[in-house]
Amino acid sequence: MQQDTKIEVKNLNLYIGKQHILKDINVSIPSNKITVIMGPSGCGKTTLLKSLNRLTDLYPEMKVTGMILIDGEDVFHPIEDITMIRQKMGLLSQRPYPLPMNIQKNVAYGLRISGRKRRKGIDKRVERYLQMVGLWDEVKDRLKDPASTLSIGQQQRLCLARGLAVDPQIILADEPTSALDPLSSQIIEQKFVELKEHYTIVVVTHILRQAKRIADNIVFMYLGEVIEQGPADEVLNNPQEEKTKAYLKGGLY
Amino acid sequence: MKRQTLIKAEEVFFRVIMFLSSMIIAATLFLIIFSIFYKGLPSLSWDMVSQTPKGGFYFGKEGGILNAIVGSIYLAGGSTLLSLAIGLPLALFLNINIVSKKRLVNAIRFFLDLLWGIPSIVYGAFGFTLMIYLGLKTSLLAGIITVTLFILPIMVRAMDEVIKTIPIGLLEASYSLGSTKSETAYRIFFRQTIPGIVTAILLSFGRAIGDAASVLFTTGYTDHMPTSLTQPTATLPLAIFFQLSVPIREVQNRAYASAAILVFIILIISILSRIFARKFQKNQIK
Repeated sequence: MQQDTKIEVKNLNLYIGKQHILKDINVSIPSNKITVIMGPSGCGKTTLLKSLNRLTDLYPEMKVTGMILIDGEDVFHPIEDITMIRQKMGLLSQRPYPLPMNIQKNVAYGLRISGRKRRKGIDKRVERYLQMVGLWDEVKDRLKDPASTLSIGQQQRLCLARGLAVDPQIILADEPTSALDPLSSQIIEQKFVELKEHYTIVVVTHILRQAKRIADNIVFMYLGEVIEQGPADEVLNNPQEEKTKAYLKGGLY
Repeated sequence: MKRQTLIKAEEVFFRVIMFLSSMIIAATLFLIIFSIFYKGLPSLSWDMVSQTPKGGFYFGKEGGILNAIVGSIYLAGGSTLLSLAIGLPLALFLNINIVSKKRLVNAIRFFLDLLWGIPSIVYGAFGFTLMIYLGLKTSLLAGIITVTLFILPIMVRAMDEVIKTIPIGLLEASYSLGSTKSETAYRIFFRQTIPGIVTAILLSFGRAIGDAASVLFTTGYTDHMPTSLTQPTATLPLAIFFQLSVPIREVQNRAYASAAILVFIILIISILSRIFARKFQKNQIK
């Protein structure tokens, strides 16, 4: 099978003050696959994910060196505006943050800011994306209700639809099921598996079973370093590094 | 003493303190409103709110304070709008564009708090020197400028306090959808904080319409209706002040009637903005 690299992280180092959070990270993330970044809490998984679409800008105490190439373009020195690069990536955070507006406008938001004005086209796309995340039947009669009235599992799917509406190529998900009940978690995982045909998906998780269920490709991190990476089969069934073995056995925290 | 009894005593102690402080506030509010209406209502007539002062009004003759009512609404409305136009972008700018420069933001907050603490008479005096420098006479415009300077820090800090409670997750969500900073500010943060922003506007409007010291030198006083920005304009607090300083019982009672009108205006504005804010509150993300 052909291995197109969508995201290439090269010699990435990230410091907060004197603390060295990410240590010389080199990762390649293949397109149209689910790549799971796995590791114990506090090992820098989320930080790495947020570096990918440069949300690190929000935290001035973070100093970043190195390169992150998305389709060959360096995120930290973009030729295009950073907002254009961010639109290539949808983000799903640990807890859903719908926008303070109604359900329909939440999905339409991305379309509106990227300049699509035609009402009818927007309505159609809103329906399409809500259907894609399996939310349409649940909300079609209450599109004008505030997004905050949805359950948290529905909100997370709404956030996914909202992200998809911007027409991204990549979906970044930061422990997207950690606030959800088992059923909602299952729906999200299932959606990821369906979506990978068209999108490159990067999921951060500390849940080993989740990684086993959905991963095509695994990056294992420990204390700010990438210990091992590769196809899920190899990393899970035939780990090369001691730390990976220990983690998979449940002995490394 | 047993631990159980101690806990019980502590509970009772704080309950009593809470009860007393709530009562003091409630009683103060009630007494103010009661005394204003008790003394003012008998003198409140249609003439009071529909006419300007006629000759001898301040000696108990005919007329009303329509000039001051209209003047106060112009003044408070104008300065609130002007403050909003300056204050909202500033509050959003503090929390979005320069939020990462923590020292700068804290310094700005500190100075705004200092400004908040300056008595309004000082603003009045400052406004007066500003007028001389600009060659303005006592006028509605001078009043609006002075009162704007006076309420701006209040409005900005009140909005700032609400906006800064927005979780960073919402900011990340907005950015990852490809929003620019101003789209984040005006399409998302603004919506999320509308109820708080309305409260900030109300607070400022209340200060603007109720303050006498800042308008004393700057807006002046006249018995005529305000017709342009360059004319002196009557305001309710000064109308109350002038009527109260006349040693005639009837005129003093009219001062209370004027106070009742002032309270009415603030009440109506509060209710209207609450209704308006509620419309948006339902969309808030908790």
